[in-house]
Parts: sequence; structure tokens; C-alpha cells
Amino acid sequence: MTQQAVLQVDNLKTYFHLEEGKTAKAVDDISFKISPGETVALVGESGSGKSISALSIMQLINKPGRIEGGKITLNGKDITNYNAKQMTKIRGNDIAMIFQEPMTALNPVFTIGNQITEIVRKHKNMSRQEAHRHAIHLLKLVGLSRAEEIMKEFPHQLSGGMRQRVMIAMAISCDPMLLIADEPTTALDVTIQAQILDLMNEMKERFQMALLLITHDVGVVSQYADRVMVMYGGQIVEEATVDVLLESPKHPYTQGLLDSLPMVDKDVNRLGTIKGTVPPAYDFPSGCRFSTRCPHVMEKCHSQNPSLSTSDSEHHVRCHLYPSEVKE
Amino acid sequence: MTIKNETKEETPVLNVRNIKKYFPIKGGVFKRTVGQLKAVDDISLSINQGETLGIVGESGSGKSTLGRVILKLLDATEGTILYKDANITSMKRNQFRPYRRNMQMVFQDPFGSLNSKMSVAELVEEPLLVQTSLSKKERQAKAIEFIEKVGLRAEDRLKYPHEFSGGQRQRISIARALITNPEFVVCDEPVSALDISIQAQVLNLMKDLQEELGLTYLFIAHDLSVVKHISDRVAVMYLGKIVEIAPTSKLFQEPAHPYTQALLSSIPTLTKKKADEPAIKLKGDIPSPANPPSGCAFRTRCPFAHERCEKEVPSLAAVGTEHEVSCHLHHD
Repeated sequence: MTQQAVLQVDNLKTYFHLEEGKTAKAVDDISFKISPGETVALVGESGSGKSISALSIMQLINKPGRIEGGKITLNGKDITNYNAKQMTKIRGNDIAMIFQEPMTALNPVFTIGNQITEIVRKHKNMSRQEAHRHAIHLLKLVGLSRAEEIMKEFPHQLSGGMRQRVMIAMAISCDPMLLIADEPTTALDVTIQAQILDLMNEMKERFQMALLLITHDVGVVSQYADRVMVMYGGQIVEEATVDVLLESPKHPYTQGLLDSLPMVDKDVNRLGTIKGTVPPAYDFPSGCRFSTRCPHVMEKCHSQNPSLSTSDSEHHVRCHLYPSEVKE
Repeated sequence: MTIKNETKEETPVLNVRNIKKYFPIKGGVFKRTVGQLKAVDDISLSINQGETLGIVGESGSGKSTLGRVILKLLDATEGTILYKDANITSMKRNQFRPYRRNMQMVFQDPFGSLNSKMSVAELVEEPLLVQTSLSKKERQAKAIEFIEKVGLRAEDRLKYPHEFSGGQRQRISIARALITNPEFVVCDEPVSALDISIQAQVLNLMKDLQEELGLTYLFIAHDLSVVKHISDRVAVMYLGKIVEIAPTSKLFQEPAHPYTQALLSSIPTLTKKKADEPAIKLKGDIPSPANPPSGCAFRTRCPFAHERCEKEVPSLAAVGTEHEVSCHLHHD
């Protein structure tokens, strides 16, 4: 706790101003921090705002979206109002990002070597030769033994798992302090997924990076994350360490989510369900955003959106069922 | 052996014998066939009335091709497909039409598989128009019945697919597949495009409908936990072949094939922790089905591979009741 956070986000709000005068509150007042060497998972279903949160941190929000408020602090520096040029220096250098689909994240018309050397030359002022050597070193580091050959190959010549390894090599090329991985293994097969997650974990420890892991897969979270934040309707509804969250989830949404998971190590005849679907971001119910789907809904929930409790410093929950959190 | 006799008395709904599906690989200036991609390579299986057979495998294992060949959406290169007692393998379109209503399919992508210019009522009714001689009134009544059966409201029937979420669209696909009262349904990754909470709703719906209508499912998926939840028996595919087939609980408790063991140990679960026993982790990627390794196709990634695996193709043989595995470790 005394350690300075790598990333601190305070009251971040990202809204999309749609036609017809509607406003989609994709990210609505989220706050969190990540310490060096820590893996924090951001979990939620599609439309919960988890990817937009990541893009907001990177300041990659385009019109009609806009960061409406809040503060983003990177390693003690307030980067909220950095202009495009300043952000270009931050991206890649201090914060790197890995996306779900490596084929669309890589440029199909340039060789792998071209794309890696471009980054290191830009950010690290290396000569062409140094950059080439560094790139080969990086590819070997991420477990690609045919590094020299792969330098000359194009993205389509590699398999999905190999492409994601290249993405990781690119991400760590400038020793970032924060790595944001947005569904890094969703497009991969299970056996490859395990390889990639292990690699990311290894790189994280080796370079003492902080890792923000965005995923919908609770199984992945339980094995790789230290802390979890559950997002629903653009807000964090529950936050705790992995063990606490999985063993005693408090928020009805988190409980519902865990019940609805078919698991290899679980035998149930019927899966639990959460009724209905995630409401669109421009049409949240008044009061608690989960109130339309919540099995424990009370009158209060329709009029008043609960705030994230902070009385328990380890386990935060946004729900009227836990009024003041006096005692555990 | 007794098991075999029992299954014989109870005629399987579907019986597939030595089915193969090869795709030619064309090359050169004249586009001559230079090789064969063996997508499905000598698979035999049978499915009993009311049973769910799960098929798992990674991408490129041939599981979707198998589903399509069984439903005759693709022609088999070799082998026979028996639906009850009828050999449907080489039937012509017209001959096959009466069987089609009994054999339906639910696809993965609820966005691509529904015509966006048709309303829900039209979509659900369409199979009746092709398959039956019901009057318009009867068709409409039946469509409403099935729209409600899959958990949508009758008022929704005039809406169009884009007005629905992914889970609701998958419900429409299910209604469309079931309206002709089929006995056998191939479900190809029906829930993999859906969010977790919606996935659970659709899986529960499919189970309920199976009980209510006595359906037989061939359930294809890459997600082992989903397959475990819904299947009575599971077949694991690797590069066009079945490497292991067993009743669900047996397969998950005592997996015999190294590939099945590796698959199971690579699924992240809630109870397993980082520090827990070293899982069997596979090296490398699945080889290209156009150029599979000699001998056992899995040997390039298998931690137990030995000399024999390189030379000899293992065949599927019993290691227990209803439990078959294709691996030299288990057979002399």
C-alpha cells in the first residue's frame, strides 16, 4: 500500500454522444489503482464498459466518444490532459496494449521484423542494426525459436498463437510499466490459451510490470489475477482479491455470473441464470443499474444508485443489500 | 460386451460408419489436385434416442465438418450414414427431403444465420412452408407456439432480427430448427458467441426442450465445460479423428488419451490455482490437417511419444465399458 501505484484512475467518465441526443454512459465514474507487479482483472459481459475503460486510459477514444471527467495518473504523473503528441510518447513506452485479435492488430503488408523494429527505433532511438538484434532477442524471449525466419515472415504466415506471441514481444519491446491485455486469449484454442497466459505472466514477473487483464472468462481470472473488479453498466460493482471474490461474492450480479458458469469441476443439472439482458448504455434504469435483473431488488434500488462501499478496504461492493458494511 | 448387445436392441438414431471427408488441395498453373486435406478421417459413431453426444476439439480438428457431413450439407468422400435404418449417404435431394425435417441444425453465429429482411414469424414459419402442406393459418399458429416455447413473446413475431440481442436471436434459430419436429439436431457451437449469463439461459433452454420433445443432440463445441454440462457422452477430436470417446463423467474423471488429459488440465477453473500441480502443457500448435504427421497425429505434441507412435497409426479400441481410446500407451 505504501508503494506508489503504477496507474491510478479517479472518477473516470467516458460518454458517447449519440445521434438523437442520447448519451451512452459507457464508463461512468470508475476509480482504481494498480501496483507494480500486480495483475488486476477487469471482468464483465459485452457492453459493460471494460474495453472502453482501457481505451480511455490509453486516450484512444474517438468521436462521438469523449472523456468527460476524471483523472488518470501514471506513476505519479497526471496524464489526463496530455495532448496527442505527449500521449504518443506514453503509448508503447510506458503503457502497452495487447488486443484480442492479433491478425487485425498487426499490419498484413509488413513483415514481422519491419513492425517490431519500427517500434523500437521510434521509441528507443536505436540504429537499424541494433533494432534488428533487439527484435530477434524479443522474439526468442517470447518463445519463438525460429526468430530469424519469423522476422522475414508476414502475419498471415503465422498461427494465431504465434501472432499473439509477436504482439507480446512488441508490447514488451520498450519495457512498459503497465501492460493492458484486452481479451488476449479469447480467439485462441484452450491449449494455446494456457501457453499465452503463462507467457504473459512470466513477462510480467520478469519485467515487474503491472498487468490490467480484461476478460470475460472467470476461470482465467481465478488462475492469473491478484485482484478482480467486476463491471456492470459502466460501473465497478464489486472489487476484491481473487480468493475473496470467488469464495464469497457479495453483489447479486457477481453471484449470478458465477452461478451461470458451467465448470469442469462443478456438477449441476441446471445452470443458474440472470434474467434478461444487459441494458444498452444509453438506456440504463434509474437507480441501481442492475435493478431490472436483480433477484433481490428492493424499492430503494429503483430510485437510488448505491455507491461503492469503502468501509472494508479489501472488499468493495456497490449494492443496497450491504448498507454500511459495519461488520463482515 | 453386454453393452454392445443392449445398444443393438435400441436402434441408434444415427449410425455413422467409417466416414471420411477429404477436400482436394489445388495447386500449380492448371489447378491440379496436389493433395488431400483430410478434414474428417475415418470416423464411426452412433447416437441413441434422447442422447446428447458432445464433440470437442480445437480449431482445425474437423468437428464442424463432421456435423455438416452428417446432415448432408457436405457430401462424404467415403463411408455410410444411417439415419435409423435408412442409408442416407448417397440420397439425392428429393429423396432426402423427408429426412431433412427430422434432422436439423443450429448454427454458431446468430447474426449471420438469420435473414435480416424476414420478420421473426416469417423466419420461424419458413421451414413449414418448405417441408409441410399446412395451411397459412396452421403455420402461423405453430410459429407462435414455438416462438413462445423458446421463451420469446408472441408479440415479438413481427419484429426483425436486428431488434434482438444475440441470445434472443439464438432462441429464434432454435425455434426455426425445432418447428418441423425433428428428432435429431446438430448444434454447432450454439452458445460460443454469447455472454456467460446468456449462455446459461440458452443451455438451460436446450436441455428443457430436449426433455420436452425427446430430442437427440450432436453438440459441437470447443468449450469443454459447456460440453460437459450438456452431454451424456463426449468424443474428443484431433486432426480429423476421434482420439477418445466415453461417457461424460468417465472422460472428465479418467481421461485416458494424453491429448484429453492436456485439454482438461489447460482449462482454467475456479478451484485450481497457479501454484497447483504442474498441468500437462502442450508445446506448439496443432499441425495443419493438410500435412498431418505420420503415425499418430498427436505425436508431435505428445509428452509420451515414442518410436512406435511415429510409424503406426493407433486405432480406437476399448479400455473400459463404453470407453474407447486411440493411443499406443493403452494398447499392445
